[in-house]
Amino acid sequence: MEEFPLHYIPLLPLAGAAFCLLFGKRVGKTITTAVALCSVFGSGLLVASAVRLLHESPVPLTDTFFSATWISAGDLQLSAGLTLDRLSSVLCMIVTGIGFLIHVYASGYMAHDEGYTRFFGYLNLFMGAMLILVLGDSMPVTFVGWEGVGLCSYLLIGFWYDKEANANAGRKAFVVNRIGDFGFLLAMAYLFSLTGTLKYAELPSHLQTLGQTAWWGLPAAFFFGILVLVGATGKSAQIPLYVWLPDAMAGPTPVSALIHAATMVTAGVYVCVRLHVAFEIFPLTLAIIAIIGALTALFAATIGVLQRDFKKVLAYSTVSQLGFMFVGVGSAINTPTSVTSNYQGAIFHLMTHAFFKAGLFLGAGSVMHALSGEGDITRMGGLRKHLPHTHATFLLCCLAIAGIIPLSGFWSKDAILGGAHAAMWLPKGTGGAEVFFAHHLGLILYLILLATAACTAFYMFRLYFLAFWGEFRGTDEELHHIHESPASMTGVLWVLAIGAVGVGFLGIPDVVSSGGNHFGEWLLPVVREQAAEESAREFWTLAVIALGASAAGIGLAAALYLHGFSDQVRAMAAAFPSVYKFVYNKYYIDEFYNAVIVQPLRWISLGLWKVVDSFFIDGTVRLVGGLTLVVGKVVRYAQTGDVHHYVAGMLAGAALVFGLSVQLGGCHGYKFAEAASVATPRLQRMPRREHVTPDNVPLLPAVPGNGLIR
Amino acid sequence: MILPLITFLPLVGALLLMLIPREEESILRGTALFFTLATFVISLGLLPDFDGANFSHVIDWTWIEALGVHFHLGVDGISLWLVLLTTFLMPIVLFSTGTSITKKVREFAIAMLVLESGMIGTFLALDLFVFYVFWEIMLIPMYFIIGIWGGDRRVYASIKFVLYTMVGSLLMLVAIIYIYVRHHDASNTWTFDYFTLSRVVLSTREQMYCFLAFGLAFAIKVPLFPFHTWLPDAHVEAPTAGSVILAAVLLKFGTYGLLRFAMPFFPRAMVEMAPYLAIASVIGIVYGSLVAFAQTDIKKMIAYSSVAHLGFVVLGLSMWNAKAIDGAVYQMLAHGISTGGLFLAIGVIYERRHTRRLEEFGGLMAVMPRYTAVFMIITLASVGLPGLSGFVGEFLVLVGTFGAYKTWPHGGPIFYAHPKILAVVAATGVILSAVYMLYLFQKMFFGPLSNPRNRGLKDLSNRELAVFAPMLLMAFWLGLYPSTFLSAIDPAVRRTIAEFQHKVMIKVPEGEKARLMPEGGGPEPVKHKEELDDKF
Repeated sequence: MEEFPLHYIPLLPLAGAAFCLLFGKRVGKTITTAVALCSVFGSGLLVASAVRLLHESPVPLTDTFFSATWISAGDLQLSAGLTLDRLSSVLCMIVTGIGFLIHVYASGYMAHDEGYTRFFGYLNLFMGAMLILVLGDSMPVTFVGWEGVGLCSYLLIGFWYDKEANANAGRKAFVVNRIGDFGFLLAMAYLFSLTGTLKYAELPSHLQTLGQTAWWGLPAAFFFGILVLVGATGKSAQIPLYVWLPDAMAGPTPVSALIHAATMVTAGVYVCVRLHVAFEIFPLTLAIIAIIGALTALFAATIGVLQRDFKKVLAYSTVSQLGFMFVGVGSAINTPTSVTSNYQGAIFHLMTHAFFKAGLFLGAGSVMHALSGEGDITRMGGLRKHLPHTHATFLLCCLAIAGIIPLSGFWSKDAILGGAHAAMWLPKGTGGAEVFFAHHLGLILYLILLATAACTAFYMFRLYFLAFWGEFRGTDEELHHIHESPASMTGVLWVLAIGAVGVGFLGIPDVVSSGGNHFGEWLLPVVREQAAEESAREFWTLAVIALGASAAGIGLAAALYLHGFSDQVRAMAAAFPSVYKFVYNKYYIDEFYNAVIVQPLRWISLGLWKVVDSFFIDGTVRLVGGLTLVVGKVVRYAQTGDVHHYVAGMLAGAALVFGLSVQLGGCHGYKFAEAASVATPRLQRMPRREHVTPDNVPLLPAVPGNGLIR
Repeated sequence: MILPLITFLPLVGALLLMLIPREEESILRGTALFFTLATFVISLGLLPDFDGANFSHVIDWTWIEALGVHFHLGVDGISLWLVLLTTFLMPIVLFSTGTSITKKVREFAIAMLVLESGMIGTFLALDLFVFYVFWEIMLIPMYFIIGIWGGDRRVYASIKFVLYTMVGSLLMLVAIIYIYVRHHDASNTWTFDYFTLSRVVLSTREQMYCFLAFGLAFAIKVPLFPFHTWLPDAHVEAPTAGSVILAAVLLKFGTYGLLRFAMPFFPRAMVEMAPYLAIASVIGIVYGSLVAFAQTDIKKMIAYSSVAHLGFVVLGLSMWNAKAIDGAVYQMLAHGISTGGLFLAIGVIYERRHTRRLEEFGGLMAVMPRYTAVFMIITLASVGLPGLSGFVGEFLVLVGTFGAYKTWPHGGPIFYAHPKILAVVAATGVILSAVYMLYLFQKMFFGPLSNPRNRGLKDLSNRELAVFAPMLLMAFWLGLYPSTFLSAIDPAVRRTIAEFQHKVMIKVPEGEKARLMPEGGGPEPVKHKEELDDKF
């Protein structure tokens, strides 16, 4: 364990955030920009120097700055330690690198916004929280960042707060994320109750405990894994908790690029990989992850096909690509000797996706910037002439996400497709479950992903053709206003596009070029490769199939949308109006949740308040109060003020008391006798007392005389 | 000598105020503020070299010899922070009333000072007689604060508050006298001393009756579902200062009493009743959150959120393991800061607009950015965002509850109240708190500024910022560096649990005299559920 001042990495942006939010308005935009950019750049430099150390030796770097006890209660001892290993270093580089680029871009994009300083404050706050999430050495520290990024996401989605819709979208994001946090919190509680630790590094020494059967014959690791998965589906927008991400596009575009595409939404993938040893105990948990990922990938991609809002298409694409990463995490190979999964592929795709998706979003931002905020693709077209840089970079990123060789998306998507194809969650056998999990499921998921890849190529190029080709479909006035974005924006677009083209070469599989998988090698000390035996021939077969699927998608998109909406498109929409509406309205999932969860919650709340609280509980209270009043009102007539009545009452009372005492005294006379025996010396009573003492209560010797135990 | 000083200094201040003419409002305010500030500064003197595990700064003066009443005060890690919370909040609250309380200023200041004495004395009392006296003393000023300076239905609310509380506390008085007599039966000495009486072991049935009497008093105070309906009325009608103190400190007497008296005095009853307490508190968490979500009055919403937050506290207490109880005590402090802060913040807007109806607001962020920022931070502290005060307590209670199956005695009497299930249900409070608090926040601050009456609203003045600054500081401190507080709480909680685990092993047959647990522990303490099951 090597020491490194890691705490500066999140503290720099956090200090920047504090400065921007407290003093930003006073010091002006220039200084705010400088502070915000420098703080991110500074932490990026620190990450770079830490990565150099990690390059020399893979020993994780640690930081004892916060290691004094953070929470200490009973047997729970938590320290807020930070650590950087090769896995978190990848995330750190993405967060600070792409984060810095997006800061630069935002300084141009947001230049005329009233809330400029507030925006940079939130953005820096996000950077700090995200870096804490990534650097945390235990689940609670990660959770601090986890909730922190959720907060920033909330604040930034609702950044233009005066529109009700934006505020609603922000709140929806926070609440849905909280459902995930609920899972994460319980996962922590469960892990602690099992193992007594929450540190990632100590997890491998508790595998035995985690493997013990908990309920219904399933190991504790399964339930732990499911709870973590609930958290991950919330943050990474997977079924059933993906609904917040498309709405999150209400935020400014740089936010969509940074938080809702490149970094925060990948946190779920990261946490799953972080806790991989726990998942490997029971590989069927990994199968669940893969199934959720594949279903989400396909589901979101089909929605993306018909959306008309530029950013919505990209949002569904993000959900879909995150599904790819989940499949990567879940593509396990379970042999009697070992369990491995395609974590490397997932993280590789996480990295390439960060580049091309950030590029796509910022490209979208550039387009909308040129069109004064217009985001409807039916009102675009022919923009390639007006926005040459945006067009070129957008095309490169589109090719990357479609998985065209040799761009980055090709290599990373292929890694995931190959991993899914090779996956087997149970060792080969003859039982029904074995056959399904070892032979069929991997193939099914592979085919789903293949279809998704074709779909992805289709909707991305539909978007591309509709925006950049054909004739402009907006008004003349809009046409006059179209202008290419400033250099601070296009420069960033080019950097990201070059990344989208190039980063894939870091992870060329060994079967293609021996020793070409630098990325896998880098991660090797943290997570092993998926132990698939793949030949070069198999690799290229799969690659050609995938390329074919992508090419088909692009070809179809070109045929239908090259010159705007073609007649065939209109004909199809007219022929199947219900299908069109069903998909266009996102399968009515939002409406479904609204009807099944949101509205009932309102009714239940109202019912509990009006019926249970006001009527029953408070009603009972008021009834008691009212009865007292009534009784008082009646009984007060007894107070006549007439002495004769009082004397009569007294006599009646005395007679009653006398009669009762004779009656009761007769029955319970013996009790008086026993009470009298108390006066007899206590020593005589001692043996009897010992006799009635129950057997196994350890009684201490009694001191005679006063019945005291000393 | 610090303890009697901080207990009676506010009372001295109150007496002094009676001498000042009622017209001299600024002198009255200044004097009251001075006394509360002085009390706070002196109470800080408790902090150096504080030994959380044992009672320190103890004073023990004979008061009424014939009855065995001693004026016995002491402070340990559990009461320390609650006392400091009280002394910390009083000057803030008094300072904040500078603009909101304009009628009967002198009487108001006197009521607040007497209230402070009552509250501090109740936290510090180590003699049950003294405890009861202080317990009742704080009722009276609160009654006046709601009844005189409250809203339109203030009389109804104040009477409801007093009657509710009285019902509980009279039963508690009966129970106190019962232990007092039973102790005399066993030892031939009359005493109300906390340490002596806490070593009295009653038979299980007696424990049950006494626990119910104590428990009802405390459950009403907490308030535990379903004894909570006085709270929304009291909160809505009370003036801001009253609401803040009510939420931040007075409610804590319920949970403090459970931990300090009900649990250690009647361990067997506690073991029997813990599942019921836990179920009621979990219902309170979900129910309070949902009912809060339905409210249209901002203050009522926060009042119901208190039911949910205090549910976490009682859940933690009923688990009787160190993590959960630490978390419960921590949550008491955190709730004091966050809900106290929320009521202060609502007071600010009420003063400007004289309404608390949610639909009157919207888009306030455009005109009141500072206020929005303050409200946001307190809201986030209230929903338990890590890094702010609410998180640590909730986290510890959840972790403690989840692991409690090792010490919890029964599966559950009504239905299967497994601690893990309770924890899962309680954790939904994390989701629900975000649902109603963010709804509140959005309705107040986001959206268009459509109501013309909100257009000209002034942002926080520097004076108001000065009120909130210490609250925000504490919210961050509690969230970022819990060690400051836990290092005192944890030893005291462990001591309480250790005594509990000794005492729960002693069984007194029905109809027998009470016994006294020897000093320094009784039989081998119980550690696990299985052991306990054997003994019962």
